[in-house]
Amino acid sequence: MPDDGSAVPRPQSLTRRTLLAGAVSVAGGAAFARWVHPMSQAPAPQGATPAAGTPPAAPADPSRVPGLPSAALGARAPFEGPALAPTGVTMGASYTPLQALHGTITPSDLHFQRHHNGIPVIDPSRYELLVHGLVERPLVFSLDDLRRFPPVTRTVFVECSGNGRGAYRAPERDMTPQVVDGLTSTSEWTGVPVAAVLHEAGVRPGASWVLAEGGDAAVLSRSIPLEKMLDDAVLAYAQNGEALRMANGYPVRLLLPGFEGNMNVKWLRRLEVNDRPTMTRQETARYTDPLPGGKSRLFSFVMDVKSVITAPSHPARLSGAGWWPVTGLAWSGRGRITRVDVSTDGGRTWAEAELTGPVLPLAHTRFVRMWRWDGRPARLMSRAVDETGSVQPTLAQFRAARGAGTDYHYNYVRAWDVAADGQVFFAVDE
Amino acid sequence: MKAGVLVAALAVSACGAGDGGQATARAGVPGARPPVPAGKQTGAAARYGLGRPADPRRLAALDTDVDTTGAGLPAGRGTHAEGAAVFAQKCAACHGARGQGVPPSPRLVQPASRSDPFPFDRVPNAPKTVGNYWPFATTLYDYVYHTMPYTAPGSLTADETYALVAFLLAENGVIAKTAVMDATTLPAVRMPARGRFVLDDRRGGPEFR
Repeated sequence: MPDDGSAVPRPQSLTRRTLLAGAVSVAGGAAFARWVHPMSQAPAPQGATPAAGTPPAAPADPSRVPGLPSAALGARAPFEGPALAPTGVTMGASYTPLQALHGTITPSDLHFQRHHNGIPVIDPSRYELLVHGLVERPLVFSLDDLRRFPPVTRTVFVECSGNGRGAYRAPERDMTPQVVDGLTSTSEWTGVPVAAVLHEAGVRPGASWVLAEGGDAAVLSRSIPLEKMLDDAVLAYAQNGEALRMANGYPVRLLLPGFEGNMNVKWLRRLEVNDRPTMTRQETARYTDPLPGGKSRLFSFVMDVKSVITAPSHPARLSGAGWWPVTGLAWSGRGRITRVDVSTDGGRTWAEAELTGPVLPLAHTRFVRMWRWDGRPARLMSRAVDETGSVQPTLAQFRAARGAGTDYHYNYVRAWDVAADGQVFFAVDE
Repeated sequence: MKAGVLVAALAVSACGAGDGGQATARAGVPGARPPVPAGKQTGAAARYGLGRPADPRRLAALDTDVDTTGAGLPAGRGTHAEGAAVFAQKCAACHGARGQGVPPSPRLVQPASRSDPFPFDRVPNAPKTVGNYWPFATTLYDYVYHTMPYTAPGSLTADETYALVAFLLAENGVIAKTAVMDATTLPAVRMPARGRFVLDDRRGGPEFR
């Protein structure tokens, strides 16, 4: 894939059958084999030890046979097979299967991934964070040091600012929400405020920016306004209640609520307090947004208000006319989502959706609008509004303001076509 | 960048200087943001005393970033001719013999077009190079030194890096092939697209920008 992550994932026809087979051969081989009760010599329950590669047989009446024994790890039901869609290898991204998820939290192993030269393996016992530059006391923090600060916990989204590029450049009818917008996820993050760590080092007068540098093979670095660092930035060491997943920055990442994913530097090894931005490659040659008039927008940090319908969406097929929930996710880097409207007639009329809650600032917010499908072709759209009054633009408005060739921050309204046979496709002629 | 160079660099803003009234990156101007009230965000009256003093040698080994004033650039030098040899040996396998790019490795050589120097808002996927897009020459040193070659990042010497930087800048028509790149000349290179960059003017609210 190009190094800017513009490739879109093309999973080989992930049918229910292959997903099931995959789940069982991976989870089944190990997890099912362990489903022998450690405290008992009793034979494993019926259906608990299937041959590799075949789904377990569910008893006709599970209430008539003892169930599976207790286990060391909770396994996904073998009937479920949500999976990331990876592209590239060491220069890659893995897309979250938004259409397979419910609620607002992204399961940690389904959080999107983006890395520029592989996922580093970092020994937590040897981890160090260096804090220096315009500070009174250059300091080094171990992971244990960071965990001795009073922790903070926040539920926020992280979105790659290139999310949506593939669909903007070359939309195709068989794109799923995962392919269109799968580079966004929400987790409950726990860590220490950057402000607390900077306070230990003592920021000197004149400081205005902080260079954040990762310890991966891409040595990814970004300049962050000191103001943001002191406001709500977090050095996160936990995700959804446990240590970070490796691809999400283990053991420590920078978390900048509402700012583009690339700035949330993973595998963080260094913070240098400066009086100016460093102008790294990632904040100049990349992650700048070309605009009409021969300009390019620098420091486009905040993620714009956005929403995406996750159901009905491709590759779903509505089984018949009647009531269907039109549901999806909305979020904004500027605060809380205040309203989401849904259209089922291609944008001619709109109706307010219900925000099902929790409605947290800077976090994925679930919306739903019940829709009575009459069995005729329909076009579904969602349009989010945030607490600043910012409204998701139409594709035409977006293109006029930013240009056909622009890059990053693709937040325009997406559309899904429902055919008369119930099949749903990504709208390519919006 | 090295803290020791900061004072001399203060007068030369990393950005915002000399752009003929364009709204450029003035956030980088010294003094644009107020000093930080110590401890304002922590709620703790005193420090916790966590962390240990940074070992100066370890600090120096890690603090190798290069900013636009040239702070952080090491001793060393390189030319287009020297860079051509390094490029052929360490870069061409991925980026092509002439830097034309071989997916997934990006194109590196494409001078700014005379008739259409900045097509990026109109032309999807137009290759962005140091010749037509990168606003600062120092960024090239910082990036190449730390991240290339892709399979052996961090293995280039300072001389090799200066040479590659000279090679790429010259191939992109930014400097002469006879120019020598070092800690003094590199920060002085004026990049063709330098004046194209404007600060983010999005502010939320109903107007879409």
